[in-house]
Amino acid sequence: MDFWFSEMHTENVKMSIRVEKQLFSAQSDFQRIDVFDSPEFGRFLTSNGSVIFSEKDEFTYDEMIVHVPMAVHPCVRRVLVIGGGDGGVARELSHYEEIESIDVVEPDRLFVDVCRSYFPDNACGLDDPRVTVCYEDGLRFLRSKKDAYDLIINDCTDPLGHAAGLFTKEFYGSCFQALHDDGIMVYQHGSPFYDEDEATCRTMHRKAFRSFPVNRVYQAHIPTCPAGYWLFGFASKKYHPIRDLNAKRWNERGIKTWYYTTNLHTGAFMLPRYVEDLLIEEEC
Amino acid sequence: MSYTMQTPPDRDCPAAYIIYFACSQAVVCSAACFFIFQQGEMNMDLNAQKRAPIYTALERFRRQRVVPFDVPGHKRGRGNPELVELLGERCVGIDVNSMKPLDNLCHPISVIKEAEELAADAFGAAHSFFMVGGTTSAVQAMILSVCKAGDKIILPRNVHKSAINALVLCGAVPVYIDPKVDRKLGIPLGMEIADVRAAMDANPDAAALLINNPTYYGICSDLKSLVALAHEHGMLALVDEAHGTHLYFGPGLPCSGMAAGADMAAVSMHKSGGSLTQSSLLLLGPAMNARHVAQIINLTQTTSASYLLMASLDISRRNLALRGAESFSKVAGMSQYAREEINNIGGYYAYGAELKNGGSIFDFDVTKLAVYTRGIGLTGIEVYDLLRDEYDIQIEFGDISNMLAYISIGDRIQDIERLVGALADIKRLYSRPVTSLFTSEYISPTVAATPQRAFYAEKEALPIRSTEGRVCGEFVMCYPPGIPILAPGEVVTREIIEYILFAQEKGCSMQGPESPDISTLNVLKEGTY
Repeated sequence: MDFWFSEMHTENVKMSIRVEKQLFSAQSDFQRIDVFDSPEFGRFLTSNGSVIFSEKDEFTYDEMIVHVPMAVHPCVRRVLVIGGGDGGVARELSHYEEIESIDVVEPDRLFVDVCRSYFPDNACGLDDPRVTVCYEDGLRFLRSKKDAYDLIINDCTDPLGHAAGLFTKEFYGSCFQALHDDGIMVYQHGSPFYDEDEATCRTMHRKAFRSFPVNRVYQAHIPTCPAGYWLFGFASKKYHPIRDLNAKRWNERGIKTWYYTTNLHTGAFMLPRYVEDLLIEEEC
Repeated sequence: MSYTMQTPPDRDCPAAYIIYFACSQAVVCSAACFFIFQQGEMNMDLNAQKRAPIYTALERFRRQRVVPFDVPGHKRGRGNPELVELLGERCVGIDVNSMKPLDNLCHPISVIKEAEELAADAFGAAHSFFMVGGTTSAVQAMILSVCKAGDKIILPRNVHKSAINALVLCGAVPVYIDPKVDRKLGIPLGMEIADVRAAMDANPDAAALLINNPTYYGICSDLKSLVALAHEHGMLALVDEAHGTHLYFGPGLPCSGMAAGADMAAVSMHKSGGSLTQSSLLLLGPAMNARHVAQIINLTQTTSASYLLMASLDISRRNLALRGAESFSKVAGMSQYAREEINNIGGYYAYGAELKNGGSIFDFDVTKLAVYTRGIGLTGIEVYDLLRDEYDIQIEFGDISNMLAYISIGDRIQDIERLVGALADIKRLYSRPVTSLFTSEYISPTVAATPQRAFYAEKEALPIRSTEGRVCGEFVMCYPPGIPILAPGEVVTREIIEYILFAQEKGCSMQGPESPDISTLNVLKEGTY
């Protein structure tokens, strides 16, 4: 049998993954969730037909969205993860002993349940005693929080889907308000390559850039993303992602990674000319 | 997401035809089974409500692949590929003209007639008309059906401009009722029984009473008593229900026009009912002569009514009849949730049923989400602009003290969170000290000439500040929400001039006058009216 999963990256570009078996499919109040086994990417999960993560490449963004801010901020005690119901981000955070609490806010209970059943290696992150999972809308959770966190990670990937509220001016404003005076927010910034994605990427940067005094963008190579290319945003009230990087301290921790290194940390902020140009255009 | 396991497309599959005809037969048979469903004060035949005759006829027509040698000239889109690109093949494919299998809105005898009967049943009316000129056309048909030149009609000042335009057309004389104004919120309220009774006693020859219910802001009058009062005085009761389609499907919502015994109601299906923009319904009570009303409608209605609009009315009526109660309790729940969350932010006041006072606010439509914004020092117009320009959120309107977000069956709770989040962020970033200026938006008009006489009288343009004491020759509306400050035939006062200038300064769009910036105003030449 010839069984392929396909995702349209644009109207004219299709990414297909050969599937061995579909393991799960259900519609929650928020999204349609499917889980597949594949020879090339291992097990992968999709939301409304878009790949959210695969066993083969999830380490890239879980590491990049956690270790980059953690290597910059001198002392993170309280962390908020918006989305992240799969537990991958919490798993990376659990390497840091100084962290006292990790609040994971995920509106979709089904998403968490599916990850627990089919992706135990990620979901184990949610079992860390410092983790509290709140089944709530991210915007609503943030609204009442003031001066409460050192680090906020927005782990939602789809700015056009049910989590659209997490890519808005009100979200960045709420994050600003919820962070301590030296707090950092990192977020998924999308892929800049295809025209439609570029427009989303620009809008996101325009809003975030105006909401925080420090705002830089960094990149990673993630094969299941559109064009295999993904950006992250680093927004901060005080620390600069490169000048305040403490490589020595981070390397002394001895955290085992597959993607992140402190050399790559600096390199990730060095962007291609076309990306740099489009970001600068949005900063004017 | 797509799988590459293919199924043959529907239209090439003969099985689809068989199933289709089997279904349509089953529908006809089941129509014989009568099933009565009790909802509020309405009894409708729920089984019959599963039908959508216009939609079904269009589907059948589409499959017949008839060769068009009639209008529209785009011929199912083939002559206008860019239009197909924009609207899609299915859409242009049913943009067709009246023909035998599809009936004719000007004189319905088959599928449109059946669809109108189903709508009448769903809304508890004796008769219904599908309207394709917006609720404006429904409101005007109501007035033109009951008033001729010189007849008086009692109406609240906060009527939609469509009602006053109807007076220009027919030459009737308006008798305005001052809606009470909430001093804090600055919004017009409902009609009070005592005011209406006084107007009726002073004008016993009036032909009809027009009631605007609910208002844009969700304020409801005591509809049953008003209708009864009109009937006691031998007048007809007309209801402009442009913002009240959902009242027919409840549950727990204020009384609807037909349930209150009104003689006619104009219902904006395209607002809370979910049909396409510009489609609307006119409902008649048992005392009206439907053939006379049909004649009136045909005076101004297009003879090429759009099947997109009519099909959308048909499908929406079916949806409301079958699932309306569930949908609107969800809408009411979302609005209530939003009210609580917005009130928790502080500064804003999202008002609800607590406003009820037994008179001018007899009831409140809890699906509406109106918010008083002056508590954070911003006008509703300013919040409206901030939401759109900074937060990519489009709300229905902002006025000097309030904003209105339209909550409907198309909303999701995560969108409500965005709105609430944005309002919280606006307070954080943009709030100003609260200023107390301007308390009222309502100025009682003095009618010196009928709207029709004034409309056709000779006019001269004067600088607005020099028009005090003169009779106005044109409309001045503040948009949104489109309630007239001046109508043709009304005396311009100093208070009105000050109000226009202030509202303009606050960013309201002033519409109506010939002079786009209202530096001048057309007034009647003395002695010409």
